[in-house]
Amino acid sequence: MSDRYVLAIDQGTTSTRCILFDRKATVVSVVRGEHPQSYPKPGWVEHDAARIWRDVQRLIGRALREGGVVMNQVAAIGIANQRETVVLWDRDSGQPVAPAISWQDVRTEELVARVDSTLVRDKTGLTPATYFSATKIQWLLEKHGLRERASRGEVLFGTMDSWLIWNLTGGSHLTDVTNASRTMLMDLATLDWDLSLLSAFDIPREMLPSIRSSAEIYGHFEGVPIAAAIGDQQAALFGQTCFDPGEAKCTYGTGGFLLMNTGTTPVRSSHGLITTVGYRIGDEPVVYALEGSIATAGSLVQWFRDGLELISTASEIETLAATVSDNGGCYIVPAFSGLFAPHWRSEARGVIVGLTSYITKAHLARAVLEATAWQTRDVVDAMNADSGLALTALSVDGGMTADNLLMQFVADFLGVPVVRPMVAETVSLGAAYAAGLAVGYWSDLRDLRANRHRAGRWVPALDSPKRAAEHANWRRAVECAVFFSR
Amino acid sequence: MSHVPGLIQSIERSSAVLRLLAADRLRVGEVAEALDLPKSTAHSILRTLEHVGFVEQDPRTTRYRLGRGVLDLGSAGFDVNELRGRALNWADALAARSGQEVRIGVLRDRQVLVVHHVFRPDDSAQSMDTGRLLPAHATALGKTLLAYHPTVASAVAREGFDAYTRRTLTNRQDLARQLGETRARGWGLAVEEWRAGQAAIAAPLRTSGGLVVGAIGIAGPVETVCDTRRQARQALVEHVVGGARSISRDLA
Repeated sequence: MSDRYVLAIDQGTTSTRCILFDRKATVVSVVRGEHPQSYPKPGWVEHDAARIWRDVQRLIGRALREGGVVMNQVAAIGIANQRETVVLWDRDSGQPVAPAISWQDVRTEELVARVDSTLVRDKTGLTPATYFSATKIQWLLEKHGLRERASRGEVLFGTMDSWLIWNLTGGSHLTDVTNASRTMLMDLATLDWDLSLLSAFDIPREMLPSIRSSAEIYGHFEGVPIAAAIGDQQAALFGQTCFDPGEAKCTYGTGGFLLMNTGTTPVRSSHGLITTVGYRIGDEPVVYALEGSIATAGSLVQWFRDGLELISTASEIETLAATVSDNGGCYIVPAFSGLFAPHWRSEARGVIVGLTSYITKAHLARAVLEATAWQTRDVVDAMNADSGLALTALSVDGGMTADNLLMQFVADFLGVPVVRPMVAETVSLGAAYAAGLAVGYWSDLRDLRANRHRAGRWVPALDSPKRAAEHANWRRAVECAVFFSR
Repeated sequence: MSHVPGLIQSIERSSAVLRLLAADRLRVGEVAEALDLPKSTAHSILRTLEHVGFVEQDPRTTRYRLGRGVLDLGSAGFDVNELRGRALNWADALAARSGQEVRIGVLRDRQVLVVHHVFRPDDSAQSMDTGRLLPAHATALGKTLLAYHPTVASAVAREGFDAYTRRTLTNRQDLARQLGETRARGWGLAVEEWRAGQAAIAAPLRTSGGLVVGAIGIAGPVETVCDTRRQARQALVEHVVGGARSISRDLA
């Protein structure tokens, strides 16, 4: 048996998956384990990091068994992970000292409000928000009285990648540059922890991992190199082989995450996007990305199903929407908790406009899908303006790519083709690619590109005057959402 | 409750549960009391009926009521977009393994409606077929669907057959024989019956109880899909049948 494989661990928000890939990037086995979310108070979301580590060990074994593969056939292990989630653990016992605080947790809202946002934006490329790690670390050090032990390096911080690397390698305290870029503590230019930010958040340098590239050998687990760590959205960008500046991917789930490769110099956004690290392969120059998120995508369909009870499964929205040929003049702006990139109006509230007695639930279904496509357009416009690059095609992944009508709307509203790759598991694939590159399993980026095949492609079918007219209507609807602010 | 020998008791009981729920929204205990059944039996029946969509449980009150499946009894069955969503990853895997393009089809007005299309993984220029109608008697997807839908098959036969190539089936007897073969081996084949040079293999997609709601198949050059005797290559048949089985497991 000389066949060798790469194992990806995708440590996500609600579940952990282990996927074994072969050299052609075909999935050999997939296993998945969910972990509980705990909500001890309103707005709090916690994970049990020790449980997640136990899940990972169990899933690695299962993935190998299901693939009929033994450990020494694994060429490398790569990790992709939920970003920003904070784990603090005791260096000696290796046990977490507090529940992990999830990226979704908003308990540090007040701390974020006190942050010097200009300093943070200049240094890190991030707009201060509760997502990012720094205020969560600050909160834990404060509330659990851990600062002194942390300054002696007895209590360690890590995002999920660090926590898993620590456990897999038996005590190496490392993180990769994409994960570090989401802490609000890393200088985007030097790619190192920034002392002024550390002192602003009162976080001791001693508790932080050292920052490494996304693809290099960090250590070994049962003899197999741990050779990649990369934040999940960046992993999807890499898995989609968006290696050239101007290439972008959008992952459609509950929300949407759009990342565009902007090359080796960071692009500062003047349209409210986030500047982040895309990936770094070993000693090669770091590749930056612009990131914009779509707050409500799948969650709008869920609202249509559970809140309005107009459909019984998410897929039926397409069936319903396809019973009419247009939106009947109706638009939905899902600003459920404000408008995000590029508008940034947190006080805005959602609106449905253009109602007449002609409008049926089918028109509303269409407006729901169109809203996701228009939000994509808004983020793409901002990226094109910031980067000076023009998107020529959008790579898509995530559960909502099963919605054929939505994908057609995205192509129609962007005016560029939308491409779905053959391997849907782009996050895991990105981690596998990075790990495989680090150990020479794949030789270079060209080698990876050769694995990429289109599973589907939607081309724009809307003529430009119609697109422009619809876009103008959407923008007026957005103005209504702003006008109807809280 | 008396039980007539030769009839299936659990179906009688399920029917009684449905009649009860047609009138009222009830808890498990109330159903058990009304039919004088052990609570565990009532619970198993309700869970089975919930699984097939004939009853629903209100999450707030925990009461059961009739499900949408009862109202939809007369309609086509499985939502086609739901079908695509559940089949997506398996269809990709089938395309990757077989190296051929993959389509999922359902019957619509005696034709095959393509509800999902995965490109052949060779990056050649291809366009999406989703939403297109294909002739049922001339395609592997169509013959597979017709094999399990006898009334539609008779309607197609009554209407007469358009010939697309010189190999297209054009009489009832040939079609009936091929549909029988399709049922017997569990997969359908069409060799140059719709497009010259093209062959296709398809297998049925089933929901719980074995109901056929669609078909998945691959299509490609005849020399790739078939051997020199114009028979389907066994390895490809296994990929298609295996993929169909995996999807059916998810649909059940």
